[in-house]
Amino acid sequence: MTKINVSTTINGDAVDYLCDAESTLLDVLRDQLGLTGSKEGCGTGDCGACSVLVDGRVTCSCLVLGAEAEGRTILTVEGIAEGGKLHPLQEKFLEFAALQCGVCTPGFLVASKALLDRNPNPTEEEIRFGLAGNLCRCTGYDKIVRAVQAAAAEMRKG
Amino acid sequence: MRYEAPTTINAAVKLLAGKAGVARVLAGGTDLLVQMRTDRIAPDLVVDVKRIAGMRAIATGAKGFKIGAAVSGAELGEHKALRKAWPGVVEAANLIGPKQIQSRATIAGNVCNASPAADSVPALVAAGASAVIAGTKGKRTVPVETIAVGPGRTSLKKGEIVEAILLPKRPPRSGDAYLRFIPRSEMDIAVVGVGVSLTLDTKGVCTAARVALGAVAERVLLVPEAAKALIGSKIDDDALARLAAAASAACRPIDDKRGTKEFRIKIAGVLAKRAAQAAAARARGK
Ligand SMILES: Cc1cc2nc3c(=O)[nH]c(=O)nc-3n(C[C@H](O)[C@H](O)[C@H](O)COP(=O)(O)OP(=O)(O)OC[C@H]3O[C@@H](n4cnc5c(N)ncnc54)[C@H](O)[C@@H]3O)c2cc1C
Ligand code: FES
Ligand code: FES
Repeated sequence: MTKINVSTTINGDAVDYLCDAESTLLDVLRDQLGLTGSKEGCGTGDCGACSVLVDGRVTCSCLVLGAEAEGRTILTVEGIAEGGKLHPLQEKFLEFAALQCGVCTPGFLVASKALLDRNPNPTEEEIRFGLAGNLCRCTGYDKIVRAVQAAAAEMRKG
Repeated sequence: MRYEAPTTINAAVKLLAGKAGVARVLAGGTDLLVQMRTDRIAPDLVVDVKRIAGMRAIATGAKGFKIGAAVSGAELGEHKALRKAWPGVVEAANLIGPKQIQSRATIAGNVCNASPAADSVPALVAAGASAVIAGTKGKRTVPVETIAVGPGRTSLKKGEIVEAILLPKRPPRSGDAYLRFIPRSEMDIAVVGVGVSLTLDTKGVCTAARVALGAVAERVLLVPEAAKALIGSKIDDDALARLAAAASAACRPIDDKRGTKEFRIKIAGVLAKRAAQAAAARARGK
């Protein structure tokens, strides 16, 4: 079977890859490009562990074909820290112990970044609504919400 | 499987029409990829329509809005003029899943997936929306309610693609609303959904109305009897009671894990009333 040649931008770098038509972006990221931060929890859009930004919008990479990434701009959890310095969201997730097993964490970080990029001062309700596509079976969500609030406050200080 | 992302609608139609076996349009993929990944469908060809010119645009003209078939729910929600004219349609579209799904899901996909519980469809049908369909024999425009014929089945012929959804221009004193019942507070599949769109005259009398019900039959139903209960009234208690009775009478639901027949029939009436009140409040400018 002929492979599809895809040119895209991932975490600021120009990336070319060959993929099968059936491969999802999540498959490509994890199995071909070694970007294993994005997780596969369900594979059907329900858990958000595979969340990435596509042209700035949070998306389940398990529901995007690898071929669809042609010409797009992708951000994965690996691209959130800036030059060795953790993103305020990452700092606050650690500080507030907003993770236990950690499987959901990359997805929460990416979805939280998308939320704060659009709304730097969200209410608790807006945070809970904005993160409703991400499931966590360990933390009970509260610490995640607090960490996002703290990161938002930190980022507003600039 | 073959993947193609043509840049013209004609090329897309040609690909779909020319392929023996299972060929599918890919818009947001939030139904299609789930169906592929759970082995419910194994397409031989997938035609991604997101790169076709105009497919990701919302055009505003003298006749109303033309929403390209690849416009996402998130983009609909960000379009101020559309939200102002058709708040019920936009709210219904924005109920489709969390942010991750909103970034991709389209209303055309919601219509073409033909789920009886599709959230945007009752709102679109109540709004009098139509679909521009491109095919091998040219284009045709049909009311949205004629597309789904049963669960997962549509009236689209081989090679046909919904190119855009049209929403008419709004007369003054018009309002629409969509309400659904789900067991949780957010993020679930509708047990019943009701869309109402209406127009009032300067005295507050209803001059036009459309009522559509979701998840109570094999497809979304337009219920003219329910609309008749509203037309000529000031949306008073008596009219609302007749509306509820007509909505309940139109239901032919199934029992399933989400709700029993009796429950769905009753709730359809209750939600029809509330949706009519919400639409009327909008029409009155409240
Ligand atoms: C986590 C999750 C939550 C969800 N929540 C909801 C919800 O609350 N309410 C709800 O109604 N739905 C929900 N859905 C289902 C789905 O998101 C919607 O039905 C969505 O609107 C589908 O649009 P799409 O663009 O992703 O369609 P796609 O998956 O791209 O396509 C769906 C079907 O329609 C066909 N199709 C698409 N576009 C066209 C076109 N232009 N012309 C011809 N055929 C076409 C495709 O071939 C396919 O068969 C949810 C899905 C997920 C994964
Ligand atoms: S793995 Fe993509 S949403 Fe669960
Ligand atoms: S920390 Fe385990 S699923 Fe969230």
